[in-house]
Amino acid sequence: MIWSTLTRWYHQLGSPRYFYRFSDVVLPWLWPLALLVTATGLIWGLAFAPEDYQQGNSYRIIFIHVPAASGALLGYVAMGVAGLVNLVWRMKMAEVMIKAIAPFGALLAAIALITGAIWGKPTWGTYWEWDARLTSMLILFFLYLGVMALINAIPDPRQAGRAAGLLSLVGVINVVIVKYSVEWWHSLHQGSTLKLVGKSSMPPEMLTPLLISMLGIYLLFAVSVLWRARAELLWRERKSAWVKELH
Amino acid sequence: MNPLRKQRLLIVLGLVAGLGTAIGLVLYALSQNINLFYTPQQVASGEAPESARMRVGGLVVDGSVRREADGLGVLFDLTDGQGTFTVRYEGILPDLFREGQGIVANGTLVRRDYFEAEEVLAKHDEEYMPPEVQQALEKAGHPARKSGDAEKSPDAAY
Repeated sequence: MIWSTLTRWYHQLGSPRYFYRFSDVVLPWLWPLALLVTATGLIWGLAFAPEDYQQGNSYRIIFIHVPAASGALLGYVAMGVAGLVNLVWRMKMAEVMIKAIAPFGALLAAIALITGAIWGKPTWGTYWEWDARLTSMLILFFLYLGVMALINAIPDPRQAGRAAGLLSLVGVINVVIVKYSVEWWHSLHQGSTLKLVGKSSMPPEMLTPLLISMLGIYLLFAVSVLWRARAELLWRERKSAWVKELH
Repeated sequence: MNPLRKQRLLIVLGLVAGLGTAIGLVLYALSQNINLFYTPQQVASGEAPESARMRVGGLVVDGSVRREADGLGVLFDLTDGQGTFTVRYEGILPDLFREGQGIVANGTLVRRDYFEAEEVLAKHDEEYMPPEVQQALEKAGHPARKSGDAEKSPDAAY
């Protein structure tokens, strides 16, 4: 039942025309919702959450740093899945998705790196250290830029999509390295506060705004991807009947 | 799934698995270089090279911080429960530097038991809590939250 619904969605959203109509329905309420959730999480975290016993107020940058970093990682995994779909099934929508995901992912990776550096100075005593976590996150940022550059460097969109799909898929290995870098090696960066299984090492009055900020960033990511995918679709399908019908 | 797609799927997954294994092996072989610092245990066992520039990391032993009478020199002991040595540093310590806290020092191992640091960085753990909660926990004598973290769980701050 669930499986058949998922495969139906997969095939429907794989059709450019259906995807365009779907985004028409979703976007008008999704973007205000995304802004509202992000603003709620950030204002709550930056202004109302209690301060930390050790770091005082400087820990508050976590409400930007962690959502940006996790969004960048998750975005890359999504891009890798699109890459796999494109390589195996040669689906045009997957190419469009890779192209739509990369810029916002790169932006989030850059925000994570910059806020991390700003946070590192008052707590660790340094902006940058060639630590496993920091270095692998920098590589993630470069991988995003690489995917964008590859798409722009190859004129034929189908070939560009295949090359970018391969880089997206292979780059997922780096996401695993980023995630486990603080456990596999001795690093300056501390372990994860948020845990997939088990209790997070943060009280609810800090955890709630953090989770809301993360949800907000994910929603903003979705809005950005939908917008970019729409623009790309219109351009690619500009000669098809359904696009001409639009105006 | 039609045979062509199945073949493509197998090729792509094989490629990713192969590349993943290759990268994994390279990272494993390079783990000595990827580790940011040597632990006090590695220093004690002689794994860390003497009189070479390197980083060491561990917990500052409680009650071991002493300042030199003249100048900015600070001496403290670094431990991970398996080994201990003394670090000397001249300069301003980061705000989060305190006893029982994890640090990473960059400098030279002069002797097995003496490290001359040029830079001291503070590590912090992934625990966040409001000050009132921390005070309440300390008052209640919660073992994990006392400032004597070092002896209880030497690995907690890595």
